[in-house]
Amino acid sequence: MSDLTKLTLSDALDGMAKGDFSSEELTKAHIDACMDGADLNAFITTTFEDAMESAKASDARRKAGTAGKLEGAPLGVKDLFCTEGVKTTAGSKILGEFTPTYESSVTANMKADGMVMLGKLNLDEFAMGSSNETSFYGPVINPWRKGENLVPGGSSGGSASAVAADLCLGATATDTGGSIRQPASFTGTVGIKPTYGRCSRWGTVAFASSLDQAGPIAKTVKDSAILLESMAGYDPKDSTSINAEVPNWAASCGQSVKGLRIGIPKEYTIDGMPAEIQTLWDEGIEMMKAAGAEIVPISLPHTKFALPAYYVVAPAEASSNLARYDGMRYGLRVDGKDLNDTYERTRTEGFGDEVRRRIMIGTYVLSAGYYDAYYLRAQKVRTRIVEDFENAWQTCDAILTPTAPSAAFAVGRKVNDPVQMYLNDIFTVTTNLAGLPGISVPAGLDKNGLPLGLQIIGRAMDEATVFKAASALEDAAGFTAKPETWWV
Amino acid sequence: MAQPKNGVTAQDVKKIAKLSRLHVEDDRLEPIADDLNGILAWIEQLGEVDVEGVEPMTSAVDMAAPMRSDNVSDGGKREAVLQNAPKSDDGFFVVPRSVE
Repeated sequence: MSDLTKLTLSDALDGMAKGDFSSEELTKAHIDACMDGADLNAFITTTFEDAMESAKASDARRKAGTAGKLEGAPLGVKDLFCTEGVKTTAGSKILGEFTPTYESSVTANMKADGMVMLGKLNLDEFAMGSSNETSFYGPVINPWRKGENLVPGGSSGGSASAVAADLCLGATATDTGGSIRQPASFTGTVGIKPTYGRCSRWGTVAFASSLDQAGPIAKTVKDSAILLESMAGYDPKDSTSINAEVPNWAASCGQSVKGLRIGIPKEYTIDGMPAEIQTLWDEGIEMMKAAGAEIVPISLPHTKFALPAYYVVAPAEASSNLARYDGMRYGLRVDGKDLNDTYERTRTEGFGDEVRRRIMIGTYVLSAGYYDAYYLRAQKVRTRIVEDFENAWQTCDAILTPTAPSAAFAVGRKVNDPVQMYLNDIFTVTTNLAGLPGISVPAGLDKNGLPLGLQIIGRAMDEATVFKAASALEDAAGFTAKPETWWV
Repeated sequence: MAQPKNGVTAQDVKKIAKLSRLHVEDDRLEPIADDLNGILAWIEQLGEVDVEGVEPMTSAVDMAAPMRSDNVSDGGKREAVLQNAPKSDDGFFVVPRSVE
C-alpha cells in the first residue's frame, strides 16, 4: 500500500468511502509517523490508544452507513481546546495536570463528525507568541530546515509542524493576531481564520476574547474548507457565536474567479521587507489576473497602527482572562505564607516570561489614569481599521497580501526582542481587529528553499469568496514542495 | 528607543505587579520597567491617529447581545467541578486561611 500519510484529507475520506483502506489502517500509519516525528516536539500529549479505539468504532459506523463528515480521519487538536478526559495545558505550567470533564464545542462538533484524535498539539503558552518558543513544553521544530533548526511560527506551531510533516491529515488551531496564518506560511500549509463568531469559543482556553477565533491548518484549501465546515456552527453557549447556516465551503473551491475584484493595499509594502516577499506578492497578483480576476489598487490607511492597537487590546483582555488562574480551583498551586502570597507564588511560577509581560502591560493600560490614553484610544483606532475595510469593500471583493514579513527564522533568534517578535503579525492582525476571515496559501519558496504564503482577506461572513480566491491562487501557484524527512 | 510620555518606573512596576498578583524581585524591577517602556514607546504611535468623534469598538461581531430565558440549564456536577481542585474536602474547595 502506498504511504497513507501523504494523502490529503479529501482523498483519504474518499479512499475510506470507496473501501480502499480503513480508518484503522489510516490511523495506524499516522501514529507511526507521529512516533517517527517525536523530535519535532509537535505534540504535548498523544492519545494513540484512544485513537485506535476511535478508528475501530469509526470503521463500524461507516459499515453501518452512518459515516460523518470527518469519518475516520486522524487529526490533531491544538492543546488550547478542552478535551474531555485528556489533559489540556494551553502550553502553560499553570494548568498543571488539568483534565477537563467537558469537551470544547469545536472538538465536540468534530468528534460528532467522526474525527479520530491523535493527540494534543504544542503551542505558545496561552497562544502568546509567534514562534512556539514560549511553550512550557519546549519549542516545536519546523520540518523545513536549512542547516539549523527553524521555528514553525506561532502560536499554532504544533498544528502547522504536524500537518507539514504529514503526522496528521489536518489540525485545529486558533488565531488571535495571526496564530493560524503565520505558522501556515512558515510551514507550506494552508490555514484559515474565519469570521469572528463562526466557531464557538466555548471550551477553548481564552487569550483575548474579542479577537480569538478557531480555524484549521490543512494540506490544501479544500481540506481546510472541509475541516472548517465541521468546526463552525452556532453555539448558544458562546454569546458571540453567529446564528447562521454553515455553507458548503468545499464547493466554493475550484469555482472561477472571473470578474472577482481583488484589492491590493498599498500600505502592505513595508520597510525592511525582503524583496522576495514583494516578488511573491507581485507573482500572486499576476496569477489572479491570469485566472480572470480584476486587480484593484486600494488603500487601508490605518494599517500601521493595527499592531500597536493590538498590543493594547490583546494584553488588556488577557490580563482579565488570566486572572482566573489563582491556584484555587484547578491547576498548579504553590503554597505561600497567606492567601495573597499563594496567589502571587502560583502565578509567578506558573506563568512564563511572555505571559507575565503581557499581563503586566494589560494591567497597566487598564489602570486608573492610563485607560483613556491607551485602551480607549486603541479601541477607537480599531474602529478606524474597520472603516478602512468598509471603504475597501466599495471597490473590491477580496484582498491579496503577503501573510508574513519573512520566512521561518532560526530557533532563538528573536526571543529576546518582544517588538521584533510582534512584527511577525503585521499583515495578519488587521483581520482579527476587524473580525474578518483570512486565509494563508503556500505560494512559493524563497532563495533558501523555505515556503512563503500569501493571504486572502474577505468580507465578514464571506468565507465562500475567500475559499474561491484561495483555491484559484493554490491552483496557479502549484505549490507541491515538501520538506525532506530528516526527522525519521 | 524613545521614552514614552509616561515612562514606567521601578515603583510603577511594583504597583502593576501587585495588581496583577505577580511577584517581582527588587532587582528585576528596573529591567522589567525598561522592557515595558520599550513596548509602550512603540505603542505611543497610536497618538498620531485622529480619533476625534470616533466611537470605540466594543464588539467584533455585528449583532446585538442575544437574550435567553432565565432557566437553569446545567448543574448538579459538584464532583466534576471539584475533580481538578489542588485541594478539596467534603465537597468544598480548600483554600489558604484569608481571615485571621
